[in-house]
Amino acid sequence: MKKLLVLVLSIIILTMPLSGCEGGYEYFELELLGEYTKELAGTQLNVYNWGEYISDGNYDLMNVNKEFEKLTGIKVNYTTFESNETMYSQLKSGGVSYDIVIPSDYMIERLIKEKMLKKIDTGALSNYKLIDDSYKGLYFDKTEEYSVPFNVGMVGIIYNTKHIKDIEHSWNVLWDSKYKNMSLNFNNPRDAFMTAQMLLGQDLNSTNKSDWDKAAKLLKKQKANLQSYVMDEVYGKMETGEASVAPYYAGDFLTMYETNEDLAFFYPEEGTNIFVDSICIPDSSQNYEAALIYINFLLEPQVALHNAEYIGYASPNTAVINNEEYYYYGNEILYPKQEDMPTVQYYHDIDEEIRKYYEELWLDIKLY
Amino acid sequence: MKRKSFGSRLVASPYIVWAAIFIIVPLLIMVYFAFTDQSGSFTLANISMIGKYKKAFGLSILYAACATVITLLLAYPMAYCMTKMKISSQRMILVIVMLPMWMNFLIRTYSWITILANTGLINTFLQKIGLNPVQLINTPGAVILGMVYDFIPYMILPIYTVMSKIDNSLLEAASDLGSNSFSKLRRVILPLSLPGVISGITMVFVPSVSTFYISQKLGGNKTLLIGDAIEFLFNHGPDYYNVASALSLVLMAMILICMAIMNRFTDSDEGGVII
Repeated sequence: MKKLLVLVLSIIILTMPLSGCEGGYEYFELELLGEYTKELAGTQLNVYNWGEYISDGNYDLMNVNKEFEKLTGIKVNYTTFESNETMYSQLKSGGVSYDIVIPSDYMIERLIKEKMLKKIDTGALSNYKLIDDSYKGLYFDKTEEYSVPFNVGMVGIIYNTKHIKDIEHSWNVLWDSKYKNMSLNFNNPRDAFMTAQMLLGQDLNSTNKSDWDKAAKLLKKQKANLQSYVMDEVYGKMETGEASVAPYYAGDFLTMYETNEDLAFFYPEEGTNIFVDSICIPDSSQNYEAALIYINFLLEPQVALHNAEYIGYASPNTAVINNEEYYYYGNEILYPKQEDMPTVQYYHDIDEEIRKYYEELWLDIKLY
Repeated sequence: MKRKSFGSRLVASPYIVWAAIFIIVPLLIMVYFAFTDQSGSFTLANISMIGKYKKAFGLSILYAACATVITLLLAYPMAYCMTKMKISSQRMILVIVMLPMWMNFLIRTYSWITILANTGLINTFLQKIGLNPVQLINTPGAVILGMVYDFIPYMILPIYTVMSKIDNSLLEAASDLGSNSFSKLRRVILPLSLPGVISGITMVFVPSVSTFYISQKLGGNKTLLIGDAIEFLFNHGPDYYNVASALSLVLMAMILICMAIMNRFTDSDEGGVII
């Protein structure tokens, strides 16, 4: 009898997680602007995107890929990458062909330069008009031929109001001895240098080696003041109050704020780095038509809304920004008012000589 | 020495093949990378680059030496006491010593963050009882503690193994000849347990000196030990493979030299081959 009970219980425990994720998804009633047919049903679409960068059915939001599959019958083969560089080397190696990739600005600049993207016929995208004009024709794609903006983000400084009452709205806080052993910085050269370059008022894409030298000197000084260099660990350290000041992305701050309401955020007055991740179609795409349909689907107000709420970064889609039911509607951190908007600089695709130069400097800083 | 029969060679062959493919060949690749530049032509530039890393080398050796001394001071009395216990208790203690090794060392290291952090267990407790918090994490002490914790089983086990083999009649003879406990320890147990100590020292020092991750997590990612520097270089892509290989090679050479010095302290015939 006892054995039977144990057996039954263990079967229940083992099958619980399975039932949780398999049968649980309920499709949404979609209200769509565009028209979708099942013409391409049965074909496959290879999508290559950042991790955690699409609404996947959690938090009562839609599973974008499942909804798309149900709507069009096109099978979505979805894979993720961790950095622009990984994505680039995958595309370059040519082992797999992708129909959709969503890289960042500077990487798109490189992909266009190396003729690795197909032109996107924006005329065929009925929802393209929803994209805010200020995100169209950006530096990496001035003619709006190769990319459709998906997400926008800016770096700012997160701090704990319990530990710090008054804070100077400047990058200088990362050097301020008041916050010795309480501050963090990015653990990658480009973003770490950005903090110093901003303080020095430099061009983030400077090709002048002496600019990088000056920034490196400043970073060595900063290192003595830092608690540690982090990437994703910033979440834990800021949420628990282990560290008090850290530069990170606005969207990630909002996630941390959900756990710890003592946290606050500002954009430094010297300006900051902005990024735009845009949807592109690689040259190796074998299902161009389906890719266009997928892009149009991602631009649908309802789909874009769910994505924006899931990801937490700013959306370039006016149908989302102006939707009063949007969770982050009117959020002044994601969407600063015109007068509060910091001066921003994009990263550009930097040439190899300079890249190697600052990587060496970064190594010196770490060894210092 | 006995000549090896065909059968014993056959039995050994899978491992020999394994070793050739996964130890010797990678080693040769490393040597090749260390002495070539990116175009593949011979150069000594990579080896001469190591001057830049002298701080990382110095710190690694210093931290590893501290960790080794501390583990030895903790492990030796522990191993001695174990041999004096009942067999059943000895078995239990052995399991307890090895228990942490069943869990991945990355996780074990990570758990120290929760203990040592500014908002961690120790500091929360100190604040609760009205004391000032102390800076524990992101200090050299935390890194050394991490090494001691991760590698102490490798010190206890060889010392215990050697000590438990010491013939009790030798100790009785020493007592009969008028030795007190201290001189028994100094003149009988210590010399006889030396091979275990030497092997323990190498088994702790070598992984400590080449370790990475521990200093990244417990030292705040600010000081690079040599293992971290090598990892850092490899992570920055193929441009840095050559220098990283050269560093690994120099590190290996250093370890070999240390081990050669250590082996002089022991009579190699008695303890067998020292690891």
